Amino acid sequence: MTDVVSSPAGVLAKPARRDIGIKRRYAAERRFRAYGIAALSFGLLFLALLLWSVVSKGYTAFQQTMITVPVEFSEQVIDKDNERATDPQKLMTANYPIIARNAVAKALGVAESNTADLRAVNQMISNSVRSQLRDMVVANPQIIGTTQTVSLLAAGDIDSAWKGQINLDVSEDNRKVSDKQVGWMNQLAEAGALAKHFNGGIFFNGASSRPEAAGVGVALIGSFYMMLIVLVLSLPIGVAASIYLEEFAPKNRLTDLIEVNINNLAAVPSIVYGLLGLAVFVNFMGLPRSASLVGGLVLTLMTLPTIIIATRAALKAVPPSIRAAALGLGASKMQTIFHHVLPLAMPGILTGTIIGLAHALGETAPLLLIGMVAFVANYPTTPMDPSTALPVQIYMWANEAERAFVERTSGAIIILLLFLIVMNVGAILLRRRFERRW
Amino acid sequence: MSTPLILLALAIIAIACYVAGTRRALAIAGGLSSNLHSRQGYYGSFVAICATVPAAIVLAVWLIASPFYINSTVMSGFPEEVKTQSEAQQGLSFGMVGGLARGMDVLTLEEIDAVSANPAELRSLLGTKGVALAGDPEPWMVVSAGDLNAMQKISSRIMTAVVLIIALAGAGLSYVRIAPRFRARNRVEKVILSALVLASSIAIVTTIGIVMSMLTEATHFFGRVSPWEFFFGTVWDPRFAAAGATASEGQFGLIPLLAGTLYIGFVAMLVAVPVGLFSAIYMSEYASPRVRSIAKPLLEVLAGIPTIVYGFFALTSVGPFLRDISAQLSGLTTGEYANFIQAQSVLTAGFVMGIMLIPYVSSLSDDIITAVPRALRDGSLGLGATKSETIKKVVMPAALPGVVGALLMTASRAIGETMIVVLAAGVAARMQLNPFEPMTTVTVKIVSQLTGDLEFTSPQTLVAFALGITLFAITLCLNIYALFIVRKYREQYE
Repeated sequence: MTDVVSSPAGVLAKPARRDIGIKRRYAAERRFRAYGIAALSFGLLFLALLLWSVVSKGYTAFQQTMITVPVEFSEQVIDKDNERATDPQKLMTANYPIIARNAVAKALGVAESNTADLRAVNQMISNSVRSQLRDMVVANPQIIGTTQTVSLLAAGDIDSAWKGQINLDVSEDNRKVSDKQVGWMNQLAEAGALAKHFNGGIFFNGASSRPEAAGVGVALIGSFYMMLIVLVLSLPIGVAASIYLEEFAPKNRLTDLIEVNINNLAAVPSIVYGLLGLAVFVNFMGLPRSASLVGGLVLTLMTLPTIIIATRAALKAVPPSIRAAALGLGASKMQTIFHHVLPLAMPGILTGTIIGLAHALGETAPLLLIGMVAFVANYPTTPMDPSTALPVQIYMWANEAERAFVERTSGAIIILLLFLIVMNVGAILLRRRFERRW
Repeated sequence: MSTPLILLALAIIAIACYVAGTRRALAIAGGLSSNLHSRQGYYGSFVAICATVPAAIVLAVWLIASPFYINSTVMSGFPEEVKTQSEAQQGLSFGMVGGLARGMDVLTLEEIDAVSANPAELRSLLGTKGVALAGDPEPWMVVSAGDLNAMQKISSRIMTAVVLIIALAGAGLSYVRIAPRFRARNRVEKVILSALVLASSIAIVTTIGIVMSMLTEATHFFGRVSPWEFFFGTVWDPRFAAAGATASEGQFGLIPLLAGTLYIGFVAMLVAVPVGLFSAIYMSEYASPRVRSIAKPLLEVLAGIPTIVYGFFALTSVGPFLRDISAQLSGLTTGEYANFIQAQSVLTAGFVMGIMLIPYVSSLSDDIITAVPRALRDGSLGLGATKSETIKKVVMPAALPGVVGALLMTASRAIGETMIVVLAAGVAARMQLNPFEPMTTVTVKIVSQLTGDLEFTSPQTLVAFALGITLFAITLCLNIYALFIVRKYREQYE
């Protein structure tokens, strides 16, 4: 019998673990991982900040303060001597802002003799009432002499004040809205005359130096024309080029050159395309400046490399067995590609095209150079007319000093981002729905 | 006929040819398409192509060439004293003639008779019709305008006739060639193939267009300002383009702009490279598939946001924030609330541009890191290295050439970026090292020299093209070098 006594000495005899710095190394590991998480969070944090800053500044742009008052279309003011039958200019040049001012003054109970107050009242209404009331009268001269209830745009500063964007605690001299006007504003609001309404104008109006009357209507149409031109030109040309390079081109110096070229064109700064457009389309070919046609052509050249690269990837993904089967059944190479390969590659091609279009839609720099920085108040009827584009409109508004334009700019950015989201989500859905894994 | 009408006529001819060709092929084959070499549609397409393609080419050439011919003929008909004037003067006179010609189209015959006696009234009369003239027309201009109109009319008539005759001749000639053994498909496919070649050559044409257009305008510029002064000048002060002014031409030194571009790009890379690289490493090596599938697209949203939005963000949020916080900081340390960071500064522009570049760095390096073979990692982990040691000692060295290529591509984007710097970097061309002060870039100056009224003769406008070609050359070199590195690297594992 043996007694196994584990002596304390035996335990001690076991060699101590050599310190290989495992703690330090694990700490380094944790640190490294934390750097990664920090970097990722930094990026996502700024994405959130960016979107939040735009949305929080811009959502109010979709509402507009209106003053709804009974307006008396006084014959005294519009056409004192009853000349409108003989002189058509009379109705165009009448002093409409006075009518609006009087209407608001009446609602506020401001005496007509108090000129200082009347001026202050006038500052509360947008200058755009001139055209608003003029259009009403010209369209229907019968309303002269009657009283109609009309919603007038409030001036930009009143609009900002009512939305709480102007700090009213600041001393009266340092802000654009006087205490009296604030009082009137509240008085009108209590009477139900002043209220925020949905602002359709931001979608439909053209350029205006008055923030309350400015909208992206012209820019939307300009952008629409350009996208149409880009789609019509770059999709067929891009697909044709990719088919040649992917399916027919012999491997030689020339095609290699074309390939390097396309990859480089995709990385050329967009402003260089603007210089190209200015020198070739505007200066050499004599196309009109600021026209959406020129913008469309420039954006087409810019989008082509993107579409070619996407299309080639899509064509490459179609398995050779499809080609072999079609060729084996006696189809010519052209028939194989156009009847079988291309339809199978179509979802990938369209996805690439939509993403290319979305990029083109947000592109600003080349459009600045071809003169799309233009004050265009009327809708362009053809792509040859002067026009502007959504991102350019944003650029122009961003340079305006007035507080109310910051809100408009953010509003326009929201509209632009919504378009981009719709396009990108469309591309993703298209890919999910139709993409085939071989 | 006007050009759209001719195009419409050609389209109708094409459709008619297709239908007729298809029918005739089937009729010749006795109703059995198996008797034909090609399917019957190809015969129709062949006839349609023969009818329209040559006609369309002639139409295009005519439209491009005829204005040159007509203009030079009209100008040679100018009186001798006009011909001795400077080229710009002649151009102005020709502009007047063109305006007159357009105006005379609007007038009725009686009105022309009435004003031809008294050309001075012509201007006011045309003004009421919506045709604005630059000056009072002289009698010889009225005559030239009449010539111009007559020649344009004749040219348009001849063009219509020629195009339609060619179309019909092409249709007729190809129609009679239809036979059961005629290889229509091969012909049609040849035409399609040449269309494909044409489309793919547009890429080359674009590059040539970029280089040529900028080179020609830049040579005009270097004719007035010496390249030495441009490339090595340290003062950027172009002044305004005053018409006819010869003195005080302004100074066009590239160095301050290039310094600003590189400085802002450097700050941007300082933000984008660590953040992008670490995000890429985390997403490719650590993150669970679920996190990755959410974080990667979200990060790529940053790349999809238009740069004008970043510019606005910098202008209204980041810039004022940095300005205010610097005022607070100096207030805490020195007691004086003065901001030492300007709202528009190198830091603002560089920082925001860095955020924009994060996804470029991260997704490019993500691809490259993922492409490093699994075996390398397994070997290192098997030897007892921790994950971070594997990444630092094994994966990154293997991925390094690719990552460097990706960083070069990102840098070329930073140099060519426009809208952020236009809104956030300032316009003062200065050479200094303080990142809190505004500087300006090449792209900002291209935009500011080319917005507003343009005159393609003044160095103030032309300098933009010299700047453009410099920018193009820099980015091209960066990209080619990056492509070279990436390609070379890719071959190692495949």
